[in-house]
Amino acid sequence: MTKLLEWLLGVSVVVTAWGLLTFDLLDLKVPQVYREVVWPMPVYLLVVFGCYSIATVGYRVATFNDCEEAAQELQAQIKEAKLDLKKKGLKF
Amino acid sequence: MSYSGHILPPCRWQYCAIQPALPLWKQIIEEDHRRFIIPSNMASRKSSSKRQANKDKYSVLLPTYNERENLPLIVWLLVKYFGESGYDYEIIVIDDGSPDGTLQVAQQLQGIYGAHRVLLRPREKKLGLGTAYIHGIKHATGNFIIIMDADLSHHPKFIPEFIQKQKEGGFDVVSGTRYSGNGGVYGWDLRRKLISRGANFLTQVLLRPGASDLTGSFRLYKKEVLEQLVDRCVSKGYVFQMEMIVRARQLGYSIGEVPISFVDRVYGESKLGGNEIVSFLKGLLTLFATT
Ligand SMILES: Nc1nc2c(ncn2[C@@H]2O[C@H](COP(=O)(O)OP(=O)(O)O)[C@@H](O)[C@H]2O)c(=O)[nH]1
Ligand SMILES: [Mg+2]
Repeated sequence: MTKLLEWLLGVSVVVTAWGLLTFDLLDLKVPQVYREVVWPMPVYLLVVFGCYSIATVGYRVATFNDCEEAAQELQAQIKEAKLDLKKKGLKF
Repeated sequence: MSYSGHILPPCRWQYCAIQPALPLWKQIIEEDHRRFIIPSNMASRKSSSKRQANKDKYSVLLPTYNERENLPLIVWLLVKYFGESGYDYEIIVIDDGSPDGTLQVAQQLQGIYGAHRVLLRPREKKLGLGTAYIHGIKHATGNFIIIMDADLSHHPKFIPEFIQKQKEGGFDVVSGTRYSGNGGVYGWDLRRKLISRGANFLTQVLLRPGASDLTGSFRLYKKEVLEQLVDRCVSKGYVFQMEMIVRARQLGYSIGEVPISFVDRVYGESKLGGNEIVSFLKGLLTLFATT
């Protein structure tokens, strides 16, 4: 199953559950209070997921390592390499 | 594969000096075939069982396009770290007819470090990164293959860690990651970090690939696994790197990860770029719909 199909399956399960409850399609006599809670649920879920995404990406950007030392080490090694290669007869 | 060097009379090589010279990439292919490929094939047939029994060999593929300044440095670093760690290795330079003379530099390096360490497998013109790997794999004699960029953004110091990791877990693939542990980047501004992290998050959500860095291309593969993957992968550019990992998971291969620091290239310029974001999204959606 492709990822797309997995997603479609997941979404249709959620939508079905939501429809059944909100419109009481199976005549389960779902109390009015529940139906009022369930009705805007998809929007809540989207908002929560959006916030989670923004928070996660924001946190990861803020904590993205800056490898200052790695860059310095590389610069030093480049110098060393150039000297050594020149000694070995490389013409740049 | 047919090499014409075989059937031509030997005197041909005398003509070469007088006649207009073959392009360098072609000279190297033919000459290399005469001098090295035949003997080394024979040698490896004899000793291969012994080698496989007690010794792994690592073939490093270095695709280059206009990397004349970087190539000597990356080769020097590879020699240094392989020398210190004592693993058997070869460096395969796949140059695509770089106009800046990368191939001449590569030849000099071969002279310095020896033809068993630095192998030249040039191609006539710029044919792209994906096919460069395929071309390189065909000529690799190691049982493991390391793929890395030649622009010094992938530091050879991590290779011993990759190898260690592979041995510890018996992994089929070991992937460098900028996104976890001590991994990181240097020389990226906030915008680039944001795009990178955002793209990575989106990929993780949509594909759940089981690896934290999909677009990085610093990886170690078992040779037969890489051959399998390359056969199956259809994308171009660096979506190719994503597809490799996604397909690896699909085929049930195990993936280990090693945090790496990615330092932006010091010399030369990036050849990808352009409409990176658009091609990334296209590639992501394609993988989303097809894998
Ligand atoms: N042989 C070959 N090498 C290439 C080609 N395009 C890029 N490369 C090399 O692939 C590596 C990564 O390319 P780079 O331009 O740094 O891409 P970036 O790191 O995504 O910006 C470098 O070593 C390049 O020299 C190509 O068409 N053929
Ligand atoms: Mg690069």
